Amino acid sequence: MTDMRTAFIDTTTALLDEDPRTALVLADISASQFASAGHRHPDRVLNVGIREQLMIGVAGGLALTGLRPIAHSYATFLVDRAYEQIKLDLDHQGVGAVLVSIGASYDGSAEGRTHQSPGDVALFDSLGDGWTVRVPGHPDEVAPLLRDAVTTDDPIYLRLCEQRNAEAYPGATRLRVLRRGLTNAPLVVAVGPMLGPTLAATEGIDVTVAYTHTPRPLDTPGLRALANTDVVLVEPYLAGTSSALVSRALADVPHRLLALGVGQTDLRRYGDPADHARWHGLDADGLRRSISAFLGSVGG
Amino acid sequence: MTTTLPTDSSARLPGLIRRLTGDEKHAPSAHSTVDVLQVLYDRVLRVTPDTADDPERDRFLLSKGHGPAAYYAVLAAHGFIPDAWLDDLAGPESRLGHHPDRLLVPGVEIGSGSLGHGLGLAVGTALGLRAQGLRKARVYVLLGDAELDEGSNHEAIAYAGATGLDSLTAVVVDNESASHGWAGGIASRFTVNGWTADTIDGRDHEALYAALTGHRPGHPHLVVARIESKG
Repeated sequence: MTDMRTAFIDTTTALLDEDPRTALVLADISASQFASAGHRHPDRVLNVGIREQLMIGVAGGLALTGLRPIAHSYATFLVDRAYEQIKLDLDHQGVGAVLVSIGASYDGSAEGRTHQSPGDVALFDSLGDGWTVRVPGHPDEVAPLLRDAVTTDDPIYLRLCEQRNAEAYPGATRLRVLRRGLTNAPLVVAVGPMLGPTLAATEGIDVTVAYTHTPRPLDTPGLRALANTDVVLVEPYLAGTSSALVSRALADVPHRLLALGVGQTDLRRYGDPADHARWHGLDADGLRRSISAFLGSVGG
Repeated sequence: MTTTLPTDSSARLPGLIRRLTGDEKHAPSAHSTVDVLQVLYDRVLRVTPDTADDPERDRFLLSKGHGPAAYYAVLAAHGFIPDAWLDDLAGPESRLGHHPDRLLVPGVEIGSGSLGHGLGLAVGTALGLRAQGLRKARVYVLLGDAELDEGSNHEAIAYAGATGLDSLTAVVVDNESASHGWAGGIASRFTVNGWTADTIDGRDHEALYAALTGHRPGHPHLVVARIESKG
């Protein structure tokens, strides 16, 4: 089965053929996979070498001339390293780009902290409210989200990873209910690849499980419609990244919030992504323990 | 409508700069970029207020965004902005700040201030114009010698040179303000990467004009405009 990175490469290759406004900027990562596209479109497939600051600067310049740039690398190099370029060469210039990352929070488990970016979505939150953040949970969500992104000039971040849910829900820009609890059941919101473990973790527990691949802008009307007293967030990046948004959305409603996600600490451990999910309490067992403890605690 | 533009802004610039700075004592040459900007806008750039959105226009990107008085004055002298804007620099209602913002000032191609961003944006702009077949448009970007301390510039210098991005001209105004200097010269950082370069007297308008139009096919071009030391 195709993975998200391959879906990105195939879709972008097709977009470069179909739409002369599309341009791709790379910093060596995935460059070999775009070699044939580069032969066909040498002026629109631009590999700047291992130069991420320049990659975003070039994307900004391309956008200033009216092209629609897609820039791509590991999240930690694309976002963490080039943060000021994203802030100034895109946002401050009033232009957008499609930034597509791989690696996510701990796909690079064996590579270590240098290849991990649990804080990328939080960094986009620091830039204001202009960015759309897409966190697909299945490879089949990637192509429609990418095709939709290049039809606009908006700033859009597409965060790809190696984990996947059992099914794709390309239309889940807003919260989509996948399991409905009884009246006043707690609401569990799963973002992107957290849906699979969340469904497994809440099996047999009376909760409503809602899914989205688009945490920014967060579907706050949907959240208000679905939320009762207890709300649980399950996010595949830093725990609590969306807490402020949920608190604001429910400011006039008595509620309790449990925000699950990746911990702040550099674990300094290798292993595989499933190990990291377990260490961060994001596997089904860990989620079940956290959610059960929260729902069973006083005040629920 | 056609707008008649001055081809020699030297008579107006001192008065316009004084409106910005309120400084009666210092001549315009106190501003490090004034001569480069004057020659560019008077004689080199194919851009006017009427063509400020034309895809075929030449682009000027001020990377060294601090101390923009001379830039604003030249923009006013050429009719991009009203003279009256110069009287309220960085006021609460002013469109002109201590660093220019492209969304606030007509004719300004990039917002700048944080050093080391203009050259990368200029490379992207040149690439975007090339990809759209807009081959007449040239991209000029102005930096300071101390600004070259920022490593991001060296990413752009190496890449533009390696790919022969010949619609790009970088101008480095050199007033020897880099804390650790540039042993071996500024031009060598560029030429070793395949740029052509002219190092000239940055107050000499004929030398500036020759250098700013002295680009050669197949290579990005550098103009080092040397002026009196800041120290």
